[in-house]
Amino acid sequence: MWKWLHPYAKPERSYQLASTLLPWFTISSIIVLIIGVVWALAFAPVDIYQKDYYRIIYIHVPAATLSMSVYMAMASATFIGMVWQLKLSDAAAAAMAPIGATLTTIALVTGAIWGAPSWGTSWVWDARLTSYLILLFIYLGIIALQNAFEDKVLASRAAGILTIVGAVNIPIIKYSVEWWNTLHQGATISKFEQPSMGDDMLYPLLINLFGFALMIAALSIVRFRNEVLARDSMRPWVKELVAKECK
Amino acid sequence: MNPRRKQRLAIVCSIILGAGGIIGLVLYALSQNIDLFYMPHEVVHGKDDNKVKPFIGQRIKVGGMVKVGSVKRNNDDLKVSFVIFDKTEEITVTYEGLLPDLFRDGQAIVANGNLVSPRVVKASEVLAKHDEQYTSPEIAEAMKKQYLSDSTEKPAYNY
Repeated sequence: MWKWLHPYAKPERSYQLASTLLPWFTISSIIVLIIGVVWALAFAPVDIYQKDYYRIIYIHVPAATLSMSVYMAMASATFIGMVWQLKLSDAAAAAMAPIGATLTTIALVTGAIWGAPSWGTSWVWDARLTSYLILLFIYLGIIALQNAFEDKVLASRAAGILTIVGAVNIPIIKYSVEWWNTLHQGATISKFEQPSMGDDMLYPLLINLFGFALMIAALSIVRFRNEVLARDSMRPWVKELVAKECK
Repeated sequence: MNPRRKQRLAIVCSIILGAGGIIGLVLYALSQNIDLFYMPHEVVHGKDDNKVKPFIGQRIKVGGMVKVGSVKRNNDDLKVSFVIFDKTEEITVTYEGLLPDLFRDGQAIVANGNLVSPRVVKASEVLAKHDEQYTSPEIAEAMKKQYLSDSTEKPAYNY
């Protein structure tokens, strides 16, 4: 059943696939993000209470949602890397960690900027904000562990255990607004319920969400290629590749 | 799956379950302290399980909806008092300072301060807890029309 997947366990095949996919993700993410951002900032209607400053939702929500998605992708890659001992999935996890950490920082900063006028404070130690700050620390811990060892196999194992344990935090972040009284509001878009905003506000948000996802995919591919090259730098296929590029 | 993979799968799964179990128990034990604020009925009757009431002078955070028409301002200083309510109880909040931009009748707020008498909180900080609803002027207009035509139905305040 999984036979078609087996050739991609070879680094050179995965590198080739990543190189083929990269331009598509790059171009589509640029197009989708331009449409989404222009629509969100210039054409979407204002909110009756928050007026124009609610528009920061168009950056805050995609960054926050996808930082957790990136974490789950990273945890899945780590899980596969640990059970099947695939070096490539360790490389994928190492490629995604800094991207997730950056998204988490963006969400925290935009949240603080948004909170200052609307809540009257930029930070409060409620369940949502605190658990989300812990996500940033987990990301930073994973990145630190990945760089703490010379041996990549050892580094991936150490960082992998933290990644797997830290995955417990993701449902806590997601449901914190339902389980406890928090200052942070509940989810605006949910899979099973009617979204709490009109279509003319919702569409640019969904487009931005999709655009952010494409951008993250493109960035992950770039970093994944670099990781593979760095880990295989002594292998003949990389040397051939370098020789071909230098000509 | 070969036995070595099976063993590794078991190890990884037990790490996940173990960590999940530990953190779940910790959160369950701490769940009362994780709540950011008391709701008015919790101030008056105590929090759900063991009915622990906040004592007079305790520093607490209390959250609820601002009662329509209850906001009283002083003309010559920044002192303001208002009533917040939930499904069953009401609490009076007194405050001196600037209120957040979103503060208005019917807004959910969190007041941080001292309990001066069983139903009065002297707040040192008032935060607006905006909800997940975002409404464009057109939709607000349409809703208002519907509300006026169907006057038996009151707007629902929900947390």
